[in-house]
Amino acid sequence: MPPGEEILVHARDLTKRFSGFTAVDRVNFDVRTGEAFGFLGPNGAGKTSTMKMIACSSPVTDGDLSVIGMDPRTQAAQIKARLGVVPQTDNLDAELTVLENLLMYARYFDIPMSVARPRAADLLAFMQLSERAKDQVEPLSGGMKRRLTIARALINEPELLILDEPTTGLDPQARHLLWERLYRLKQRGATLIITTHYMDEAEQLCDRLVVMDKAKIVAEGSPRELIERYSTREVLELRVPEAVRAGLMERLDGLAERIEELPDRYLLYAADGEQALEQVHAREIPTESALVRRATLEDVFLRLTGRSLVE
Amino acid sequence: MTAIARRAAAPPPASTGIVASLLRSRRLVQRNLLVYKRGWMVIFSGFFEPLFYLLGIGYGLGTLVGGVELADGRTVSYAAFVAPALLATASMNGAIAESIFNVFFKLNFSRTYDAILATPLGIREIAIGEMLWSLFRGTLYVFAFVLVMIGMGLVISPMLFFVIPVSILIGAAFSAAGLATTAYLRTVQDFDLPMGVVVMPMFLFSGTFFPISVYPQVIQLFMELTPLFHAVGLLRGLAVGIFGLHELWDLAYMVVFASIALWIALNRLEQRLIK
Amino acid sequence: MAAIAVPNRRTSSAIAGAARVLQRNLLVYRRTWRGSVFGSFLTPLLYLTAMGIGLGSLIASGGSTVLGGVDYLHFLGPGILASSCMQTASFESTYPIMGKISWRRNYEAILATPLQVHHLLIGELSWIAFRMLSMSSAFLFVLTVFGIPRSPLALLAIPAAMLTGLAFAAPIIAFAATRHNDSGFAALFRFVVNPLFLFSGTFFPVSQLPDAIEWVAAATPLYHGVALVRGAVLDTMPATWPLHLAYLLVFLGVTAVIAERLLRRRLVK
Repeated sequence: MPPGEEILVHARDLTKRFSGFTAVDRVNFDVRTGEAFGFLGPNGAGKTSTMKMIACSSPVTDGDLSVIGMDPRTQAAQIKARLGVVPQTDNLDAELTVLENLLMYARYFDIPMSVARPRAADLLAFMQLSERAKDQVEPLSGGMKRRLTIARALINEPELLILDEPTTGLDPQARHLLWERLYRLKQRGATLIITTHYMDEAEQLCDRLVVMDKAKIVAEGSPRELIERYSTREVLELRVPEAVRAGLMERLDGLAERIEELPDRYLLYAADGEQALEQVHAREIPTESALVRRATLEDVFLRLTGRSLVE
Repeated sequence: MTAIARRAAAPPPASTGIVASLLRSRRLVQRNLLVYKRGWMVIFSGFFEPLFYLLGIGYGLGTLVGGVELADGRTVSYAAFVAPALLATASMNGAIAESIFNVFFKLNFSRTYDAILATPLGIREIAIGEMLWSLFRGTLYVFAFVLVMIGMGLVISPMLFFVIPVSILIGAAFSAAGLATTAYLRTVQDFDLPMGVVVMPMFLFSGTFFPISVYPQVIQLFMELTPLFHAVGLLRGLAVGIFGLHELWDLAYMVVFASIALWIALNRLEQRLIK
Repeated sequence: MAAIAVPNRRTSSAIAGAARVLQRNLLVYRRTWRGSVFGSFLTPLLYLTAMGIGLGSLIASGGSTVLGGVDYLHFLGPGILASSCMQTASFESTYPIMGKISWRRNYEAILATPLQVHHLLIGELSWIAFRMLSMSSAFLFVLTVFGIPRSPLALLAIPAAMLTGLAFAAPIIAFAATRHNDSGFAALFRFVVNPLFLFSGTFFPVSQLPDAIEWVAAATPLYHGVALVRGAVLDTMPATWPLHLAYLLVFLGVTAVIAERLLRRRLVK
């Protein structure tokens, strides 16, 4: 289902200040129905604060925010009735079983048991947790807890699902299972808002994203657009012997559109990476390793902020 | 520009009145019932605490004490004197254990409330819900304790039956006070101060085990300021069949104390949970 | 090819290993001791004023013979000393131990070093002994302010109170080692620790109880602890003191061995 025309979340000059510092500084964005919208940025960029304002769990300090056409300041309960929230740290009810977590959560939304039961069973099946329905929450693996938290967020059939760092801390297998489930949700027409500091996650899941750094939005677009706008198609990663580093930037000059010097390697941004590598060899620059790869959002972030995203 | 999303199909605006909050807060009670479905022993065993005190202090120590003279000149057995006070302190301790320790844990470690706050339920519903739960448990204990008092022949006056609603009021007051305190506490060590400086001295000195008339006037005046003193006075009055101006003042004190504590609890929890 | 050099290091002796575990607890205590010191003085002060003096005023002079010829304040003081040690030692052996076993997994981390299970147990018992030492010293000071001790023999109340505490710590650590969540602890306090506090001779002589209950009370370590502490403080040490002492020592020894077994079963798989 293609993204709709309706705007589900609308933010203008949205600001969050805590005593002494500004976590979110006059940001503007619109999230449309049916799209997966990402907030990409390092820890402390203001992603979670933005999410919490959308989820009505943190008051807006300044600016305009409308969620599903309502004002979080005055209609928090009505908004929350139609949202699903997956927080950064799982906050499952450790005193209840897997199934009870879903059923009890449904009761918080005043969903009748006759509706909640089949829905909970469906969600457990969808998240591959049916066998654990009667188990306590504590012994579940990190990936299972995450899937249960997402299942719980879906119990009220939300119009908008908010996921804060959905796969942080999970092993690769668990991440891929989660991505696949989220992708299927998207196929069914769910609107997702996702924060992440993983490039691959943003590229996998997001139709559109904003890059946040130091409380501000520094770029906006689809992953492809952002890469085209802020990077070349390919990147040549060079590692050289320590002795060669002095004066190397001059020796590399002209081989690429842009060159980044990192503590452990050099990034040469060029439309054709192989060609750039040939020229490096032609200039008789000794290398320890060389890798040509497609540009990613990591490169976009490096370009926009001068820093890498995940240290 | 595309239209801002429709308002269609929005549920009717959630009423924000206290009655609506009360109704919605029953979900918290349901949650706790679900949890204790497996841990009912914990609830059941809570009843033995005051019973042991009644046996140990009332009878064991009672053999040394003999009788105690009441305000109206009658003399009653020490067990009859101490039983209603034990009921008052049990109501206080139960309410405080539930509202301080359990709520603190849910607030800080298990993050249960964070998850609930993402639903249409708000802080007010959580606070009221936890209080209702605490009262529900407390009421069970009060009933059981009163039955034991009847069984042991400690019933002196038919006014005893008013002990039940009054104990519930006392539980509500201390439960609100506990919630209000919890909202100020940051670490487990922070408990030492309110427990050591407020709760334990009240337990020992508020006329629970002996009439405060054994103390100098100044200390008596100070003790009369504490809520437990009034709770004990009121319950003891009802249990032995005295309800006069004194007891009326005790009742008024408890109502005012409960209201103020509730007001602080609601406001302060809101500040604590909303960041 | 050169062999990997094996440093010539002895495996830790029981004392050195246990000292490390104790040291760790003291390190944590450095940040939290203020609250507990405050409580160590406040608890006896409050109990003696309220129950000793306040309640004591209701106890007719005739009660004095039952109490062994002393007034209620003097009777109660040493009893509360012994039972406070029981309560603190019991608490220290429940939630903190459970936390280190399963919530924070400290023991798992410690056992990955050369330390072994018996180091953990002796270390924890030493820690509890240290807490008992500081608590009972403070308590004895407060008793002295109230003019309760009769002779320098009262100083023996400190080791007696420590022994009482340890006689509860060892079996409760054993119990904690078998628990997978904390729900059993509430029952332990409700059905064992608190009733003992009320019925083991702290507030009134056990002789006031029906014979059957008296026998049950006499089987518990608190009964013997109270007898020794009260005997030391009031200089009325009963002729049966070697029996009380032997009972506590044997009880501690046997339960400590059981605790070591159960901890090992839980931690070493």
